[in-house]
Amino acid sequence: MNDVLMIVGMALITWMIRATVFVLGDRLVFPPLVRTALGFVPVTVLTAIIVPMAVSPHGGGAELTWRNPQLIGALAAVAVSALTKRPLLTIAVGLAVFFVWQALLPTLLPTLLPK
Amino acid sequence: MTSTHRFTAFTAGARDTIPMLIGAAPFGVIFGTLVASGPLHLWHGQLMSLIVFAGSAQFIALGLVAGHASFAVIWATTFVVNLRHVLYSATLAPYVAHLPARWRWALGGLLTDEVFAVAWAHYRLHPPGSVGPYYFLGSGLSMYLNWQLWTLAGLLFGAAFPGLQSLGLDFAMVATFIAIVVPQLVALRYLAAAVTAGALAFFWQAWPYKLGLLAAVFAGVVVGVLLSRPRGARRTTVEASR
Repeated sequence: MNDVLMIVGMALITWMIRATVFVLGDRLVFPPLVRTALGFVPVTVLTAIIVPMAVSPHGGGAELTWRNPQLIGALAAVAVSALTKRPLLTIAVGLAVFFVWQALLPTLLPTLLPK
Repeated sequence: MTSTHRFTAFTAGARDTIPMLIGAAPFGVIFGTLVASGPLHLWHGQLMSLIVFAGSAQFIALGLVAGHASFAVIWATTFVVNLRHVLYSATLAPYVAHLPARWRWALGGLLTDEVFAVAWAHYRLHPPGSVGPYYFLGSGLSMYLNWQLWTLAGLLFGAAFPGLQSLGLDFAMVATFIAIVVPQLVALRYLAAAVTAGALAFFWQAWPYKLGLLAAVFAGVVVGVLLSRPRGARRTTVEASR
């Protein structure tokens, strides 16, 4: 019972955080500086989420090496997106490079790449 | 809007969320597995996914429960870990302002990192008020049902999937976010803001409760705002400082 109370509290807090600004709607008018700032939220927050995932996929230090499939896949995706701006192609090439690189890493690559 | 249009918008939202569904699946299973091996009842784990629907906060809560933290600590942590969602709802607010309140409550409840990314990529191509709620709903509801399904799979069969984390399915989220962000980096101010936020998020990733992420986003936004100031305003500041 107590644990249910704990979970319901978490749910209410999360819902309030997510929905309050939506529900206030027109009653909440942002000053121009805040509106300019909000324009930078999507690119900053999405980049801030993925850079640690690609650079240090195991949560520790930086893995800036050819042996990091997350990094290679991410760089391939950035290149495709910058050149074509096509989302589906970007996702497809990024995933393909990542999974192929990850699969080849233990077998093929050690013979091709210096330690 | 006809029902055909609603359905088309709904399925388009769900379709554009597919890579996110793949990326979230292992986390759902791992969450379920952790509940099954921890002090909470199995149905408590499903209840958490059903009504909290926030991956990071759910994982952190499990750790806190196992460490016998008080409810106050768990609730305060939930608040801090989810604070970034205020930025999401403030960014999308102009696009839902014309909807009835019940829609705004519902869409707000579904607003995760992934749904924000997909919904924003869609909305930004249209003027505020011209897009109905069904695309957003399709993205949010598919993410919600996916999270329930994989939580349940983890609760029931979690022990049967060892090494799920090492498959790297979460890379689907990285690739999708790149596909959304890179085309937006059209001006130096956006590029500088993104690079600042990304680099600082890496250096500050060990900060507790995602505070490093929040601080990195804040720093990136400040860089962007500073570079957006009109030339006239910049000159005035220089003159004033003389």
